[in-house]
Amino acid sequence: MAKIIVDGVEVDVPAEYTLLQAAEAAGAEVPRFCYHERLSIAGNCRMCLVEVKGAPKPVASCAWGVRDCRPGPNGEPPEISTKSPTVKKAREGVMEFLLINHPLDCPICDQGGQCDLQDQAMAYGVDTSRFHENKRAVTDKYLGPLVRTSMNRCIHCTRCVRFTAEVAGVPDMGALWRGEDMEITSYLEKALGSELQANIADLCPVGALTHKPESFHFRPWELTKTDSVDVMDAVGSSIRVDSRGREVMRILPRVNEAVNEEWITDKTRQIVDGLRLQRLDRPFVRENGRLRPASWQEAFATIAAKVKGTDAKKIGAIVGDLAAVEEMFALKLLMQSLGVRNIDARQDGTVLSPTHGRGSYLFNTTIAGIEDADAILIVGSNPRLEASLVNVRIRKRWRAAPPPIALIGENADLTYPYEYLGSGPETLAELAGGRHSFIEKLRAAERPLIIVGQGALVRPDGLAILSAVASLARDVGAVKNGWNGFSVLHTAASRVGALDLGLVPGEGGLTTQQMAQGGVEVLFNLGADEIDIAPGAFVIYQGTHGDRGAHRADVILPAATYTEKSGTYVNTEGRVQLANRAAFAPGEAREDWAILRALSDVLGHRLPFDSLNALRAKLYAAHPHFAAIDRVQPADTASAIQALAGLGGAPGREAFTSPVKDFYLTNPIARASGVMAECSALARQLKLEAAE
Amino acid sequence: MLHDRDRIFTNLYGFHSPDLQAAKMRGAWDGTKFLLEKGRDWIIDEMKASGLRGRGGAGFPTGLKWSFMPKQSDGRPHYLVVNADESEPGTCKDREIMRNDPHLLVEGCLIASFAMGAHAAYIYIRGEYIAEKHALQRAVDEAYAAGLIGKNNIHGYPFDLYVHHGAGAYICGEETALIESMEGKKGMPRLKPPFPANMGLYGCPTTVNNVESIAVAGTILRRGASWFSGIGRPNNVGTKLFCVSGHVNKPCNVEEAMGLTFRELIDTHCGGIRGGWDNLLAVIPGGSSVPCVPADQIIDAPMDFDTLRNLRSGLGTAAVIVMDKSTDIVRAIARISYFYKHESCGQCTPCREGTGWMWRVLNRMAEGRAQKREIDMLLEVSTQIEGHTICALGDAAAWPVQGLIRHFRHEIEKRIDDYAANPHSESVMIAAE
Amino acid sequence: MAVRKLAPEEMQPESFSFSSETEAFAEQQIAKYPPGRQASAVIPLLWKAQEQAGGWLPRKAIEAVATRLDMPFIRVMEVATFYTMFNLEPVGQYFIQFCGTTPCVLRGAGDIKKVLEKRIGEQNHVTADGKFSWLEVECLGACCNAPMVQINDDYYEDLTTENFEKLLDDLAAGRPVKTGSQIGRNRSEPFEAVNTLQDPSLYDGSQIGAWRKRFEEQAQPAATGEAAAAAASIPQDVKAAKPTAGRAIESEAADTPAKRAKEGETPVNPVDQKEAGDPSVATKGKSHTEEGAQAAPQSSKSYVASPGKDAVPTSPTTPEAGTPLAQAETRRDGSESKPGVVVDKDNKTS
Repeated sequence: MAKIIVDGVEVDVPAEYTLLQAAEAAGAEVPRFCYHERLSIAGNCRMCLVEVKGAPKPVASCAWGVRDCRPGPNGEPPEISTKSPTVKKAREGVMEFLLINHPLDCPICDQGGQCDLQDQAMAYGVDTSRFHENKRAVTDKYLGPLVRTSMNRCIHCTRCVRFTAEVAGVPDMGALWRGEDMEITSYLEKALGSELQANIADLCPVGALTHKPESFHFRPWELTKTDSVDVMDAVGSSIRVDSRGREVMRILPRVNEAVNEEWITDKTRQIVDGLRLQRLDRPFVRENGRLRPASWQEAFATIAAKVKGTDAKKIGAIVGDLAAVEEMFALKLLMQSLGVRNIDARQDGTVLSPTHGRGSYLFNTTIAGIEDADAILIVGSNPRLEASLVNVRIRKRWRAAPPPIALIGENADLTYPYEYLGSGPETLAELAGGRHSFIEKLRAAERPLIIVGQGALVRPDGLAILSAVASLARDVGAVKNGWNGFSVLHTAASRVGALDLGLVPGEGGLTTQQMAQGGVEVLFNLGADEIDIAPGAFVIYQGTHGDRGAHRADVILPAATYTEKSGTYVNTEGRVQLANRAAFAPGEAREDWAILRALSDVLGHRLPFDSLNALRAKLYAAHPHFAAIDRVQPADTASAIQALAGLGGAPGREAFTSPVKDFYLTNPIARASGVMAECSALARQLKLEAAE
Repeated sequence: MLHDRDRIFTNLYGFHSPDLQAAKMRGAWDGTKFLLEKGRDWIIDEMKASGLRGRGGAGFPTGLKWSFMPKQSDGRPHYLVVNADESEPGTCKDREIMRNDPHLLVEGCLIASFAMGAHAAYIYIRGEYIAEKHALQRAVDEAYAAGLIGKNNIHGYPFDLYVHHGAGAYICGEETALIESMEGKKGMPRLKPPFPANMGLYGCPTTVNNVESIAVAGTILRRGASWFSGIGRPNNVGTKLFCVSGHVNKPCNVEEAMGLTFRELIDTHCGGIRGGWDNLLAVIPGGSSVPCVPADQIIDAPMDFDTLRNLRSGLGTAAVIVMDKSTDIVRAIARISYFYKHESCGQCTPCREGTGWMWRVLNRMAEGRAQKREIDMLLEVSTQIEGHTICALGDAAAWPVQGLIRHFRHEIEKRIDDYAANPHSESVMIAAE
Repeated sequence: MAVRKLAPEEMQPESFSFSSETEAFAEQQIAKYPPGRQASAVIPLLWKAQEQAGGWLPRKAIEAVATRLDMPFIRVMEVATFYTMFNLEPVGQYFIQFCGTTPCVLRGAGDIKKVLEKRIGEQNHVTADGKFSWLEVECLGACCNAPMVQINDDYYEDLTTENFEKLLDDLAAGRPVKTGSQIGRNRSEPFEAVNTLQDPSLYDGSQIGAWRKRFEEQAQPAATGEAAAAAASIPQDVKAAKPTAGRAIESEAADTPAKRAKEGETPVNPVDQKEAGDPSVATKGKSHTEEGAQAAPQSSKSYVASPGKDAVPTSPTTPEAGTPLAQAETRRDGSESKPGVVVDKDNKTS
């Protein structure tokens, strides 16, 4: 710790703090444009100049360390001023320079109302311009379907360049030319090849980069802001859903150090139009092979008629990837009351199951914990596609000081170098058998991290592979006092919650695959759209979009998306998070738990709650950990991997493949989104070009 | 006039061969091993005692700079980088060293590297100096062939010397920009601290020195710190290459004692001012970065760091640009402003935006197409650039403008009045001849 | 003063691959830098690629260099656009870089520019026969030989409209031309008026070893205070008379005029003074200049003025002067694109 006097206030801060951080600690506001906590320091905007006592000229506080300051002649703490006339003048000067070539187009700029330049010009600038020359004109650049450019407005802070190079890990952007002609662009104005690219528009302190899909649609002050969580993958990024009236207008990241820092993927952000399109807004009933609109009563009556005539053994329920804990709990209770044992929430066929203990299916290390790992092995996963923000953490770890990283599975570009060991279970066996040098690195590591993805688990021999991974984790000491390096990476937002609830087949019950392949006569489908259901069964589909599940349905019950209901989601770490309602479901669509509650009445097995609060009270009574919002309940992983390792089994020879084939189209909401379709097409094109 | 015997660059004019044998006859590589055997501390102390101030423009004491290098390596290699990116308008001295007396530089590199524990040195030569690059490479090759440098040389100190070249960027003369450029990036100056002596080339301790500072090292050590410090004036000692260009009868490079007066410099070596002393208008005494000094102040001023600083100018690289009364001083400075606009790297705001602004205003002023109040505005803009940038290019862009306004405000005002009186005239003067 | 831009698509060649010569050059260049630092060779490689492609850099050449150096395309594109010597559009067979900065302008570069405009046309415009194009560039560092141009690799100095027109004629006709000064000047000496570096003893080898006398004298037991001070600055010299010997001493102990003055001695080293005044060692043959040239008189003035101010120099390069360099902590990782400081705001979670 070091003492420093900021505007006469003495504060004690860590010596490695920058002056800007020290000033913030002392409560002094320092304006800045180029500085960003999560990016490298550029020091180029010069807005954060402060006066250091004894220095001949003002210094950039973002780049000057507290320990770089010289104490006074008698050992007094160094003194800085953020309010002196020199500083004020310097800021006015920098502000003026930034504005001379900045267009006066605030009225038509999407950044208006959320613009750092606007705000700081008000706070630190002067009110008139002395610049009588022509303003610089810069041609706009094409950066793909997500980011609109207006390069006249660019102030060259290079945040976007640093983000793409450092966080996203794609060296796509750069600043060409030099001096006042410097221009930010991508190489030959190609679309950016990152699944995180839209974050650059958030980072842009001015209106040079704005979000293209939502441009010119709203002003920020018109929007109602709702904190929520994302369900596009199992990371559960913290988001803020901004809505106007009943429509969601945009989705922004929220800072959550434990999960997504302050980034979100493009899919998380830009499926907004998918929330509007292809929606199921009324019930449907299939008649003579065609679906026709129906009333809720008709739909329920049709279901009741079918269910009552069917043996409980021939009834089943499957659950999709976007379901919240509440409706899954309601479904479970309903099925229990009907005596149905055929219930399974693992539509991808993963072998994970609560029977081996909660530690057997969680990302036990936690996402933030990745930063402490000193050796990383990834098995059967492409984290960049399956959980982009987990990948960002691994990259962050790699940037801090590269640990040994190895991968068994698809040899893909993960934005950081890794040792490619092989493609399938045989390599895993070789590694475990000590025939790979990487095993030494894992053994030598104090905090080894083994990530096993669904690519290794959604296959018939998945349990044997899981067992092999568990025994490897045990052998290298991945789970020990103070460190838990056994981590399962999920791809579905609903999965961990479902496993916590125990939504797996009961004794003698059928799995999702068995049910889909004709094992049941009546199938209740709660939003499972990634699976083909064989002809024959009577399918009740409760969901939001006219996707695969709805096409195969005999009765459709229109439900609410995650932005239209209050729901609990558990992410891959086991972190319980709450999504809040930001808008209302369209037409006659209703919240899922309410639909199940109403249906249970018609079926004669009325569920014991009449409100969401009552449901939650029951839920928390049955599963107390769901009440601990935003927290991770640690699991007993040591015994879980002991149990798993004991299972044994003979893995096959087939290579691991990632379950995510197209990052942009993994769920019905994304598939309904025109923006995602465009991104998907572009990504395919980029892939083709790269392959050439 | 400085005695020939006290001149270090004895082949400055290239009348003799630059090759190794001739260089040795002139005293290069003479007893280098003996000097190295005196030890690192002796060399650095001797350099400090010599009072040599860096010849690249800023005048930082060379010996002191060397002493900043870590005494013990922490495992990272040390590097010497020689700044031969000579691009300051008016400056053309290093070019002559590299093509005429390259062995003094090569020897200096070995000595300096030895003194700071560097086993590799790079000479960063500006891209346009193609013939000079070849001349220098030839000298390096000769030194390798003769076993003077290399992994296993007669001096018993493994040392590799490489010639690296740039591709046209004045900013690469700034030491951290030069390092960035050497690492294969755009030449954008780094934030300091950390300083290169801690984190320089490839993140290793590095010292960047001007060609002339390094090339004089061998001779200083041989003849002694007291010899060198005995020439010149206190705190401004030794000999220095002056590059005299512009309106003198015989523009030339010449090695002279620091602190000789401007009049002596011009009369002794340059054949006088074009049109006589009465025709002198102003002088830019240290390369385009320093403010101009009007005739009456400069004529009898000693040419050294401190005197010129007191004249609110600077010795800089000792590139003396002489302007006689035929000069359109406003246009001449406007052209310098254009230079800085052209060479600004674009990294930080005041320089990127301000250099272009100043140039445009000055350009209008050169025609008279301006308001008188804009003169004060221009002055204020220049002070808003000065001291607010990452590197010194902002200062260098601001100073010539400040010098112009300080000494020739009346000229600008006259220009404006003329234009206002006759607004349809063609621009007042075409070129700055 | 021209806006640079990439050549239009129709001018870009379909492909570019290194010739064997370029590849050999690349290997040689990369070998100059430590392993893993091959990016340092980007400028030399782009340069060579430009040479191979006929004086300009096609896009494919930039990509070839990037691939060779294992760098992202955009980083090499940044370099190619940042440095002005990379021509991104085709140039003439004789590519003339005309220096238009003030020192050249003062010596008449404006007239040279008029010649260029008259004979070739606008900047960045290649003549119909493909022979010439020109560009105004910033100071080329030959200011004592102004005005000047660089044509391809060579400098042509001391230009006048007449000799420049002739130079262009000769180039156009394929006649041999003389590089360097066009008026017969050797280098940057005062033309036909050299009055320095005339002493033959500088070149006959007679000076070799003369300086060693100083060290031999110092090796004797110190007789004068001056010698003792000098000796004290040599830590290895254990025989030095003063007790300070043996430890490294700052310049305080060294012999400077200021130091001498402080000690009440004459600021000029007596030995030096004696030597300087000794005609036997001073400049010889100073009238050996060319016919007609006047030898400038030796100045009687001493440049060694009396000391006044203290001798501690200011440090303009380090106005921040905050931390002694050796203490500044290592904070730059050096691995990523910008030499920025990666700050950990202490907000690590877990």
